Amino acid sequence: MLETDLAIVGAGPAGLAAALEAANRGSNVIILERDEWLGGQLIKQTHQFFGSKNEFAGMRGVDIASHFTELVEQEKKIKVFKGATALGYYEDGVLTAAYKRGMLKIKPRTLLIAAGALEKMIPFINNDLPGVYGAGAVQTLMNVYGIAPGERVLMVGAGNIGLIVSYQLMQAGIEVEAIIEAAPQVGGYWVHASKIRRMGVPIKTRHTILKARGTREVEGAQICEIDENWDPLPGTEKEVSVDTICLAVGLSPMVELLWQAGCQMQLSPHLGGYVPVRNGNLETTVEGVFIAGDVAGIEEATSAILEGQLAGLAAAQKIGFEVEEEKIQSIKANLKTLRAGPVGEHIRQGLAGVER
Amino acid sequence: MKDDIILCFCEDLTREEIRTAIKNGARTFDELKRLIRCGMGACQGKTCEDMIQREIMDITGQKRDELPLPRRRPPSVGISIDDAGRGDADEE
Repeated sequence: MLETDLAIVGAGPAGLAAALEAANRGSNVIILERDEWLGGQLIKQTHQFFGSKNEFAGMRGVDIASHFTELVEQEKKIKVFKGATALGYYEDGVLTAAYKRGMLKIKPRTLLIAAGALEKMIPFINNDLPGVYGAGAVQTLMNVYGIAPGERVLMVGAGNIGLIVSYQLMQAGIEVEAIIEAAPQVGGYWVHASKIRRMGVPIKTRHTILKARGTREVEGAQICEIDENWDPLPGTEKEVSVDTICLAVGLSPMVELLWQAGCQMQLSPHLGGYVPVRNGNLETTVEGVFIAGDVAGIEEATSAILEGQLAGLAAAQKIGFEVEEEKIQSIKANLKTLRAGPVGEHIRQGLAGVER
Repeated sequence: MKDDIILCFCEDLTREEIRTAIKNGARTFDELKRLIRCGMGACQGKTCEDMIQREIMDITGQKRDELPLPRRRPPSVGISIDDAGRGDADEE
């Protein structure tokens, strides 16, 4: 049995930021990461982050990942287990993980779940044909392994992920036939959407996919318009000729371990699904169990970093390490600034329902 | 292709098979699981749960916040009995 001050599940932006802050205040930290590398989804982000105040604005996600990875690997108080998948959290406070054909058992004094999110799927005919991908897989193929997923893509979903991945596909010389979106308006930032429109890709709102066509792999797709109840409008079916269908239809928080821990959970459509009820320091209703990043509600990498810093400090403080209150307050203020304005409206509404 | 809509990819279950089980009386994800094994494969329901819950809601009229969720217990992903039985992994 391993013992530690803080165990962190997930080495994405939230988990890495938390580990650095906690270790800096004196905590011993164990990080469990399912992948063989650190950085989570950041390693696929070839685009530059924007924002005005935070230090990472203008940097590419992949460079932010290397920056954090380097710092974490230099820090002697942090022990990283790569290729370790968290399996369970038990009533006696033991965390288990599958690791190197065996099982790790860890008894942490505090726990941070920063496991990220899952991609949602939607049902349509022949949705199991090779050539139907989630947007995360397309980004992994393209940006991590340098493999083009196809030649002509239908993007389903005009949120930020759908828009950004469409742009990255075009940068890689792959044609994007169209972006379809079930909602009456684009969900992502207008600056991304207008860039893509200017490049000649139609964004069709109030549209859905009915079926994938093909015998052994995707050869096309049938799309149609939908009415205000999101039901297909007969007679509006249209065929598109594509070899790849990319689904970017939303994310759900990966909260499985928090259910196991017995945290009070709340359904919040604004935050992507069921999320834990938490206090202002990101501690759940189970004492000593903290959350940060997409697990706490679907947002983006900058807020994940800030939440990670906050949770890392709060966890260290919880078990007696000295943390300056001003530091905690300044992170909270940064988060507030980040979520100000119309774009953060749904996040503010979601958080209002789950913060106690 | 047979023009199927697959909801549970791991166990290869179509929307029709799931709808039939609901019409035959299954009212929760866990009941469906015991009848037809949905959510019992490699992903442990992480891909199919939302889509299957939606089918249950559509047919039974339950609302999302009152619809029972599948019971969550370890392990959250598959592990072989051999690996689990080996106990402590190499802790270096």
